[in-house]
Amino acid sequence: MQSDASTTPPSSPAHKPGHSFATAQGNSDQGKSDLGGPMPSKMGEKISATEVAITVRGFSSWYGSFHALKNLDLDIDARHVTALIGPSGCGKSTFLRWMNRMNDTIPGARAEGSIQLDGMDLLAKSVDVVDLRRHVGMVFQKPNPFPKSIFDNVAFGPRLHKTYSRAELDELVEQSLRQASIWNEVKDRLHSSALGLSGGQQQRLCIARAIAVGPEVLLMDEPCSALDPKSTLAIEELIESLADRFTIVIVTHNMHQAARVSDKTAFFFEGKLIESGATESIFTTPKNKQTEDYVTGRFG
Amino acid sequence: MGIRVRCPAREPAVTALPTTSSTQQRDLRRLGTPKSVSARAFRERLIVACLAVAATFSILVTTTIVVVLAKETVGFFAFPDVTVGEFFGSTEWNPLLGAEKHFGIWPLISGTVLVTVIAGSFALPIGLIAALYLSEYASPRIRATLKPALEILAGIPTVVYGFFALTVITPALQKLSPAFGNYNAMSAGLATGIMILPIVCSLSEDSLRSVPRSLRDGAFALGGTRFDVSVKVVLPAALSGIVAAFLLAISRAIGETMIVALAAGGIAQITANPAAEVQTMTAYMVQIFLGDAPATGVEYKSSYAVAAMLFVMTFVLTMIGQAILRRFREEYD
Repeated sequence: MQSDASTTPPSSPAHKPGHSFATAQGNSDQGKSDLGGPMPSKMGEKISATEVAITVRGFSSWYGSFHALKNLDLDIDARHVTALIGPSGCGKSTFLRWMNRMNDTIPGARAEGSIQLDGMDLLAKSVDVVDLRRHVGMVFQKPNPFPKSIFDNVAFGPRLHKTYSRAELDELVEQSLRQASIWNEVKDRLHSSALGLSGGQQQRLCIARAIAVGPEVLLMDEPCSALDPKSTLAIEELIESLADRFTIVIVTHNMHQAARVSDKTAFFFEGKLIESGATESIFTTPKNKQTEDYVTGRFG
Repeated sequence: MGIRVRCPAREPAVTALPTTSSTQQRDLRRLGTPKSVSARAFRERLIVACLAVAATFSILVTTTIVVVLAKETVGFFAFPDVTVGEFFGSTEWNPLLGAEKHFGIWPLISGTVLVTVIAGSFALPIGLIAALYLSEYASPRIRATLKPALEILAGIPTVVYGFFALTVITPALQKLSPAFGNYNAMSAGLATGIMILPIVCSLSEDSLRSVPRSLRDGAFALGGTRFDVSVKVVLPAALSGIVAAFLLAISRAIGETMIVALAAGGIAQITANPAAEVQTMTAYMVQIFLGDAPATGVEYKSSYAVAAMLFVMTFVLTMIGQAILRRFREEYD
């Protein structure tokens, strides 16, 4: 699989300190003889510094007998925003939920192929999903803060994985809230319930909560679909500001949002990845007729 | 109830239309027969009346019971050898035997509390753990089998639990320690605990299951294990319902009669020893009503005072439960 890197820069071997999945390397049997990966990265040509964080090859998934995703190949750039667009039911959320193995809890869900993060196959049986999710955080469609204080919401993830002194935890919570651009709004009421925040604030709190664990990748499943336009704008600005530290994959129904926030866009239709590439070219000069129909609003 | 106001006979409305060819669109508004408006209004009024009668009836019955309890209790305190001071101040309850009768409520309260504490410390943890298992760990098939089985337990008449206490639990306890007599608080407490177990488990499980899935997803996505998610997120989020389940179960344990009347014994004494024979408030009332105390006697009337006391205790518990529910209720949409 590593030989796929001929068209795309290899993922950095020295990624983050302390990064270690409990995984077997034995995924060579899954390596399909792709001819160097079907999707030469346009971003890779334009910006030479771009490295690939997640490499998807020959990925298919099923819910029971329903074939939800068919033979996907995709490279997701590190520290950039990748938008997954497509009509409802096209499989984009399913794909997102495979990247942190949230589909494990769904009976009958299974997948084939490989999704590699730093050269390790996320789908391998031996991957410790608890450990994986520390590296791949997720933000959901509807804000889902725990019915705890704002502080405890942010501290929840870190406390699961490490022990902290009070001062360390205070710093961690403050930094996470600052990175999620919500610190100024909540600094005076850290110990009141998170359920008292507005929907947009709750969603930014959920982003802070995800950041606090220290992930490399942030998955966002239509993070603005339950929010008003003003809150949506705040989240979009936040996504842009986070893109230089995190690899962000965002599922969205809103094509304008995809155009505004993402560097690369992948268009899904009926379980297939139809087209992917630089957001600008997907929206202005799509190569595929279906992509063109979708981005110009003719269906979906 | 059950009166159905029929509409007038169906008129052949469709045939009244001018002949329409099959290709032509019919005016759909002309299909069907209109229902009577006055019949609808009558039916609505009838339903409201029925509901009001049912609601009034239940309030009336409750009020009547409280009034009777209060009246008879006042009657009890009107006896010359009974004082409110002794009722709440004395630690001796001896209404039947001896030259001097003593009416200090505390030995009966002590018996009730002892049995309830034993029942609660048995049933609350086990019921909660079982509920967590059923809600968070069990596969749908296991849950579909276990939950109905548990609810069957709730349908067993309590006199059966009483026999169970006498014939199974008490002998088992006596094998463990010779301190246990034929009647003891432990045996009655454990049987009462088994009785309230399905209430604790079933209601707690309902409460755990009503925690939205999105909270579990959020916790899993942060790298929580199943145990982290269950104990640190789902359990706190369901706490108000669990506390309500606990209080309901405790109220049932306090009011339980047959088990304690059969297995706990009949000596009213203040003790914390689970091997000792105790008399609970309910067991005392059974003793009076099944014995030959004359209906005008002070012993007979004393059971009303005990009943009033019991009512106040469960009432306070219910109020606490309501307050906790209000205080900790989490709103999810």
